[in-house]
Amino acid sequence: MMLEEKKKIEVYDMGGPRLTFSYGPQHPGTGHFRMTVTVSGDTIVDLEPDPGFVHRGKEKMAEYKTWITNIPHLERPAILDAAGMVIPYCLTVEKLMEVEIPERAKYLRTIVAELDRIASHLYWFSLYGVFLGHTTMFLWCVNDREFILDLSQLITGQRFTHAYYIPGGVRNDAPKQVPKELIKEFKYYYSRMIGREPSQEELSEDFKKYVLAVAHFMELRLDHYYEMFFNSEIFLERVRNIGVLKREDAIRLGVTGTTLRASGVKYDTRVNDPYDAYPFLNFEIPVRDEGDCYARAMVGYQEIRESLKIIRQAVEQMPEGPFKLKQHPLVIKVPKGEAVGRAEAARGEILYYIVSDGTDKPYRLRMITPSFRLLPALKHLTVGARLADIPPIYWSLNYWPVEADR
Amino acid sequence: MTWQKLREIIDDVKEKFQENVEREIYVEKKIAKIIVKKESIIEVARYLRDTHRFDHVKGVTGVDLSRLKEGGGPYIELLYHLGSLEDQELDDVILNLSVMLDIENPIVSSLCSIWPSVELHEREVYDMLGVIFNGHPKLERILLPEYWMDIPPLRKEYKVPGRE
Repeated sequence: MMLEEKKKIEVYDMGGPRLTFSYGPQHPGTGHFRMTVTVSGDTIVDLEPDPGFVHRGKEKMAEYKTWITNIPHLERPAILDAAGMVIPYCLTVEKLMEVEIPERAKYLRTIVAELDRIASHLYWFSLYGVFLGHTTMFLWCVNDREFILDLSQLITGQRFTHAYYIPGGVRNDAPKQVPKELIKEFKYYYSRMIGREPSQEELSEDFKKYVLAVAHFMELRLDHYYEMFFNSEIFLERVRNIGVLKREDAIRLGVTGTTLRASGVKYDTRVNDPYDAYPFLNFEIPVRDEGDCYARAMVGYQEIRESLKIIRQAVEQMPEGPFKLKQHPLVIKVPKGEAVGRAEAARGEILYYIVSDGTDKPYRLRMITPSFRLLPALKHLTVGARLADIPPIYWSLNYWPVEADR
Repeated sequence: MTWQKLREIIDDVKEKFQENVEREIYVEKKIAKIIVKKESIIEVARYLRDTHRFDHVKGVTGVDLSRLKEGGGPYIELLYHLGSLEDQELDDVILNLSVMLDIENPIVSSLCSIWPSVELHEREVYDMLGVIFNGHPKLERILLPEYWMDIPPLRKEYKVPGRE
């Protein structure tokens, strides 16, 4: 049992026995993750989260790899949010090395981090939709995500798991031109989805103009999402007043990310402890007070809008200049010491604690991912709820098993 | 601004707990750490929560120091990364509350009664480094399989098969 006090359970059973069963790990609704659920009637009496099915030993692996070769494998816990996973690692190593990265690198990092945040949130909403019986949301989000991933590919060379960040900057610069094929594809998709052709300016091959066009397109699509999904009765009936996490419980359980902000706590590492180009940009942190599944979804929805705002500003303000300090060899040595670094990944705050003994490998690398911190909330919210409320509660938390298990 | 406040908090804890604070490490923007004696960790934790409003734990880290050349020894260092969601002035800093445990017999009091958010993190440290937390409500494996019989994998003497 968790230490927290148990919620008052209203039991609707007719004197029948209680039933304990496994929800997962093979169930498509949970990912590689199991919950041991005990029900009485259809009310959940007890729920025990059981992570670890996709534990890969990242922290041990990091002790065997060098500072640079650690980068590709550390972004695997959340492949769609590779930036969120690796930026705090680079920030921490830079703290140990006591270097400051060039301005342009800061902006490039911010742009890719926000693209990843959008891609990750779109994937979240696609699954959120499909598990509430809304297949259109799945198809729309996955389709629109394509153009976000194409942008990531243009900048970093990879659709996801970019391995783009290195201590001291980023690996390569953004291009000046966009390939013709991409413009053609974008024009076709834009006119099918929005119902009119994009303007001549939006079809420019200039990189900056293309980014602005994609951001504009995504904004129009967000309006569609709102009408079709976030404001539809099918969705609202399943999520309103379900899984209410009160402000004091959110703080007590130490949750993070959209879950925390949907419970009325304005806490975002991008603003509290700013890094990269965030201090130079103007954006809001969406907060809601209700704390239910609907609020959590809407905070994520608003975050996509804010991310688009950030990308637009960053592309326009990005200065010219170098994008990394120097070309690192594959083996670098990091001075002795220890440091803590953190950043805001798509799912919340991610924290690294690194001890270096002056060699080419970390002595100890500790990675605390946001999903792991959401597990107490999952248990807190489901005990006392109905069995059919597990999918909305689970998906509203945006819990990702691979990220939690590392 | 808030790093200065953190400095004041560390000084305050040192003054209050005198010889129970072994030493502190404070490097601005990098790390702020108080190392306390094992026996007094619960009192220090309660003091930090009630007086300085550190209301949640972001994570618990165990470090096997036995192979560290400088500053190492037969110890497991346990760090609680503390943060505050309520206090606006503390939202850009992390205070690390640390305790040194004997590697042969790593037993410490659990802080679940102070911060409920540490429960799963302490289970993970138990799993990965074999630290026993007294008073923990459910000290079981969490990430490793239930049938794991080897030494805890994040101990330095554990060798990953095929890597060495």
